[in-house]
Amino acid sequence: MSWLLPAVVAGPLLAAGLTIFVGRRLWLQRGITIVGVGFVLGAAIALLVAADSGSAQVTQIGGWAAPAGITLVADRFAAIMLTVSASMLFLVLIYAMAQLRRDALDWWFHSKYLILTAGVALSFVTGDLFNLFVGFEVMLIASYVLLTAKTGPGEVRATMSYVVINLVASAMFLVIIAFVYLTTGTMNLADLSRVMVDIDPAIRNGLGMLTLVVFGIKAALFPLFMWLPDSYPTAPTPVTAIFAGLLTKVGVFVIIRTQTLLFAGDEPSTLLLFVAGATMVVGVLGAIAQNEIKRILSFHIVSQIGYMIMGLGLLSVAGLAASILYITHHIVVKTGLFLVGGLVESEHGTGALDRIGGVLHRRPVVAMLFLPLALSLAGMPPFSGFVAKLALVQEGIALDHGLIVGVSLMVGLLTFFSMTKIWGAVFWGRETEATDRAAPGMLGATVLVVALSIAVAAFAGPLADLAARAAGDLIDPAVYADLVLGAGQ
Amino acid sequence: MSLVTLGVVAILFAAGTYLILQRMLSRVVIGLGLVSHGANLLIMLSGTGPAQPPVVGESPVAAVADPLPQAMVLTAIVISFGVTAFLLALALRSYLLTGSDAVEDDLEDLRIRGADGAEKGSAT
Repeated sequence: MSWLLPAVVAGPLLAAGLTIFVGRRLWLQRGITIVGVGFVLGAAIALLVAADSGSAQVTQIGGWAAPAGITLVADRFAAIMLTVSASMLFLVLIYAMAQLRRDALDWWFHSKYLILTAGVALSFVTGDLFNLFVGFEVMLIASYVLLTAKTGPGEVRATMSYVVINLVASAMFLVIIAFVYLTTGTMNLADLSRVMVDIDPAIRNGLGMLTLVVFGIKAALFPLFMWLPDSYPTAPTPVTAIFAGLLTKVGVFVIIRTQTLLFAGDEPSTLLLFVAGATMVVGVLGAIAQNEIKRILSFHIVSQIGYMIMGLGLLSVAGLAASILYITHHIVVKTGLFLVGGLVESEHGTGALDRIGGVLHRRPVVAMLFLPLALSLAGMPPFSGFVAKLALVQEGIALDHGLIVGVSLMVGLLTFFSMTKIWGAVFWGRETEATDRAAPGMLGATVLVVALSIAVAAFAGPLADLAARAAGDLIDPAVYADLVLGAGQ
Repeated sequence: MSLVTLGVVAILFAAGTYLILQRMLSRVVIGLGLVSHGANLLIMLSGTGPAQPPVVGESPVAAVADPLPQAMVLTAIVISFGVTAFLLALALRSYLLTGSDAVEDDLEDLRIRGADGAEKGSAT
């Protein structure tokens, strides 16, 4: 079954090539993309089941044994991330096909979407630092092209800043790779985790900080988040939704992976907790100042990243488990919110709060889709956000970090305020004319995402247990190293 | 690790950073090129570390140069080449749309700043 690991990367890439090959035969392109992304979803679920039943899959590419060769590995953490991401990629694809068909962008979209899928999958399953760089670049290059779907002045400006900031981060990633190879002589993450222990702590901490900065840019951490609210809102809804759900979370994934595997300390990290708190506060304050649905939601991405880093900062099994649960919930909810925002926007031709009103009366369905997602984002019971936040707060109190707990609860309240702002302006108030009606496919995909977010809340118990097992693997670097290199060495 | 090469890396990074901070897109693109050259050169230098060349063959390992940094640099060069081409296309598009290759301000930012600026303006 270990052939699934290279297949989740090679499959979508092959499909991307095919979609270019069939050209403008749209039905064929659509079919290939559905099969490609659907395959990744199926493989991800199989890998998750295997990883959780204790037979996590490891593949050495070309048969070259680690640490010399390139390793692909799906442990619990990677498999969870891959499964959640693939399910979002699949649902957003349905939404995208309905919307883009209307906007006549369909023929252009599929190959880039498949390449994005391959890049995301490679970033999750790779066990090699340089290969991680390649996975990130594949994902980012696809995202650059997706952002320029429409090449008006606004899109070009937004894409430009997005590309430049990501290239700077990539160059710094190369610097990390150079330094790591110079000091340790290996690129394999599992091998690194064993060698890193003997490296001079000063060098080790320096490398850890550099890694945090680089992936802090990619994950939009305070104070490196400025590019995100600037570039995301201009793209077409499905593109923004999948970026919002996935791309920053790949950055968070790498931060958690490297900080636990390579640069782990012994106690909660004050720096990470400070960064987490500042990210939450600045993000939510930025959201409150905005006046356009997608821009408000973009700032909330930043704010929510803080919660995921908070769990990492606590550096305990329960803290990491809460982080994993939070990421799972957040990917679904955030994607869903952007899809609902897109529904409103496509029916009114604008997302500006002061130019829309009364959607609750005209389109109660859309309002009912927004409500559970918004309450979940703010952390209101009984929705998924509440479960994840509860886990974080409990662990924060248990470890005596009252300040960050207070900040996180405050930010939850402000998030609620910002959601009521959207609700009051868009769903209540004077009815405005709708210019268009969303395609049934768009509505259907959004309903499925909302259903999935409610399922996360309904099955919170088993999910929390799974997250706890994944966190148990993360807290002990030896688990990962033994998985890849074999226990005896 | 050669000090001269290290100096070249430092100069490339300094000049690249300066150019990236400019407003002209053409300069930003050149700056990014310089920075990625610097990073690539640094990876070439990293081959002098404790790494054993992953080479299987008849000659002793010590007699062989480590091919891994070179393979990594090659990959990195190809990636930065592709992205630079994309950036140049974007810069050209921006030039065709606006008539200059300077990065423009974000309209939404200007609007929010405008509300603030108007108050200051009326106060003076």
